[in-house]
Amino acid sequence: MSELMIEIQDLFVRRSGRPVLEIDQLKIEKGKVLALVGPNGAGKSTLLLVLARLLKPERGNILFAGQRLERIKPLDYRRRIGLVMQEALMLNMSVTQNIAIGLHFRSLPGHEIASRVEEWLERLNITHLKNRPAAKLSRGEAQRVALARAFVLQPELLILDEPFGALDNKTRPELIRDLKTLLPTLHTTTLFSTHEDREVNALADRKIELTNGRIDAEAST
Amino acid sequence: MFFNNPDIWEITLLSLKVSGLATFISLLLGLPFGTLLALGKFPGRSFLLTVVNTGMALPPVVVGLAVAMTLWRSGPLGSLHLIYTPTSIIIAQVIISSPVVTGLTAAALQHQDPRLQLQLLGLGASRLQMILSLWREARLPLLAALMAGFGSVISEVGASMMVGGNILHQTRVLTTAIVLETNKGDFSNALALGILLLAITFMINYALTWIQQTGAKR
Repeated sequence: MSELMIEIQDLFVRRSGRPVLEIDQLKIEKGKVLALVGPNGAGKSTLLLVLARLLKPERGNILFAGQRLERIKPLDYRRRIGLVMQEALMLNMSVTQNIAIGLHFRSLPGHEIASRVEEWLERLNITHLKNRPAAKLSRGEAQRVALARAFVLQPELLILDEPFGALDNKTRPELIRDLKTLLPTLHTTTLFSTHEDREVNALADRKIELTNGRIDAEAST
Repeated sequence: MFFNNPDIWEITLLSLKVSGLATFISLLLGLPFGTLLALGKFPGRSFLLTVVNTGMALPPVVVGLAVAMTLWRSGPLGSLHLIYTPTSIIIAQVIISSPVVTGLTAAALQHQDPRLQLQLLGLGASRLQMILSLWREARLPLLAALMAGFGSVISEVGASMMVGGNILHQTRVLTTAIVLETNKGDFSNALALGILLLAITFMINYALTWIQQTGAKR
């Protein structure tokens, strides 16, 4: 078995007094793309928030690259991951500034920020949008910017919470096609949640099905 | 001529100094406290929000009374000899405008999409960087909070009169001067001072609105 990026044991999460996630064991190998599928309320977003350290589980062990998560400072950990949510949640600034924001949080030098942003504008085919205010983007364009904003951070773990969920039927396949080309070149461990088999088949190496907060089935794709 | 009278400019300058400083202090207090009320999760938060919202409607004359009793020679802080000084007016005005800035800051931040906080943290923002980003996103309503805070103190008369005493060359500001001129029956002077006060308030708000709307177009 190849090296593990994430290992979850005995994870239990309660929200508003109600148990929402109970995972005995889950292993995610480095560089693999894992799809989380399941109906609304199955616990997909909760698992992703826990893995982004934006939600504290009641109990459980999570190992990140072999290291216990609680031994890594939350900020240091969050600076090793990238997060994209269903809604692009753009900041009221230009596309370039939006993509650069995470790099500014990390206080990287200006020339490095500029070259990395330029690279990802190109790789996601949004160079023509670079000076456009984020508020004037279509949903599809905004989601590409949100992905560039996460990819530019060169994360060890990429967390995508229903990244295509807000897109229309025309934009969605285009973005999936681009990601299908892109993801294998990055070797970034990626977790994404979805309802769509098409997305799983196109992007994932493996999928797990969640039902009522538990892993229902697991399969290679 | 009215405008050749150096006293008028002295009074105008003092008004701007006192209310400007009071607004600035209110901003220093109200911005972080409003942020804490909007983003924090702690017991008593709703109660504190209610207190702040009630404070937004504090009658200046009641504030003046409370500050006067506190700073009065026989009051608990009488030994500081602050009554009838510009400092006492600033204290009263800070009490009037802080709840305005705090309440409007909290409302501006609570109006934002709560997932934005998660997204910023997920992009690697520290707590402080997240808050600064949220302030930047809310800059238009925050400027409105600043304008409302300034407006609440530049136009008040009750507190300034009670704790300042309307002493010429010391604590006379535009609003208390208007009251004095009206009491004397000198309506033309009172009206000229009123127009001056309105003009100053208009110019300051025009500048802030320009900044606000330029930001909105970006």
